[in-house]
Amino acid sequence: MDDAATQSLDAFLQRVPYVRFLGMRVELAGDEMTAVLPFSQHLIGNPVLPAIHGGVIGAFMELTALAQLALAEPGGRVPKTIDVTIEYLRSAGARDTYARAILRKVGRRVANVQVEAWQESRTKLVAGLTGHFLLRSSGEPVAP
Amino acid sequence: MSDFFHTTPLPERMLMAPHADALGLTLVSIEPGRGVMSAPWREDLVGDPETGVIASGVVTALIDHACGLAINSAIGQPVPIATLDLRIDYLRPAAPKAGVTAEAHAYRLTRTVGFVRAEAWDADRSDLVATAQAAFMLNTRAQPLKA
Repeated sequence: MDDAATQSLDAFLQRVPYVRFLGMRVELAGDEMTAVLPFSQHLIGNPVLPAIHGGVIGAFMELTALAQLALAEPGGRVPKTIDVTIEYLRSAGARDTYARAILRKVGRRVANVQVEAWQESRTKLVAGLTGHFLLRSSGEPVAP
Repeated sequence: MSDFFHTTPLPERMLMAPHADALGLTLVSIEPGRGVMSAPWREDLVGDPETGVIASGVVTALIDHACGLAINSAIGQPVPIATLDLRIDYLRPAAPKAGVTAEAHAYRLTRTVGFVRAEAWDADRSDLVATAQAAFMLNTRAQPLKA
């Protein structure tokens, strides 16, 4: 993992206010990134179960995809989300949530990213996301 | 908590979720099968610090919440529901420093599944920032929605 990549990731995490609003952070093991969403009361959507809001889980996975892209494509601006498809597999309880992203294809302008989120066990996913992201270079014009 | 939650009228109940409160969601209107809710622009909800545009994650949560409102209003009584899937197309970024409003329409309910479409905009209802399609599991018996 080179410095440019980790700086790019740090910049993304620290400069995006909504990342701080959710309380998301990441853990790096070499080039493998795990996003962590520590449980917090303000993330609850269903106070009866209780369960984390489905929108929070979706947003967390989208941010995980953007963080993975920040690592892979240092120097660019925050990519624009084109679309996301979120699949909910289990209710996310009142505990920490984790996510990992796979960059299935990073093209010149668009990336296809797949994210999985889990809580107690990596084999018991709470949700998955597939999304397309528009890559935006900062500065250098893209060769025609 | 549970009894209180289930006896609270729907509009108030939709705003009781701690995350809805944290985002500052407000209920705009509600009718059978339809719900409209808004998320305000706030500095701490920004997704692109260079432009000040609200995070797409806020739009995701708003749409998910409005979809739940639409289903609950279609059924007319509190029903535990679970999102199966949610697909969102982000047609364009919201304007800088603009909040977002979403309308969800539960257009088909079976006894077990609810199908919902949603649209979101910032200033003009006819100039959308996002469209969405979702399916929900309904955990109790609901009457099929009449056309």
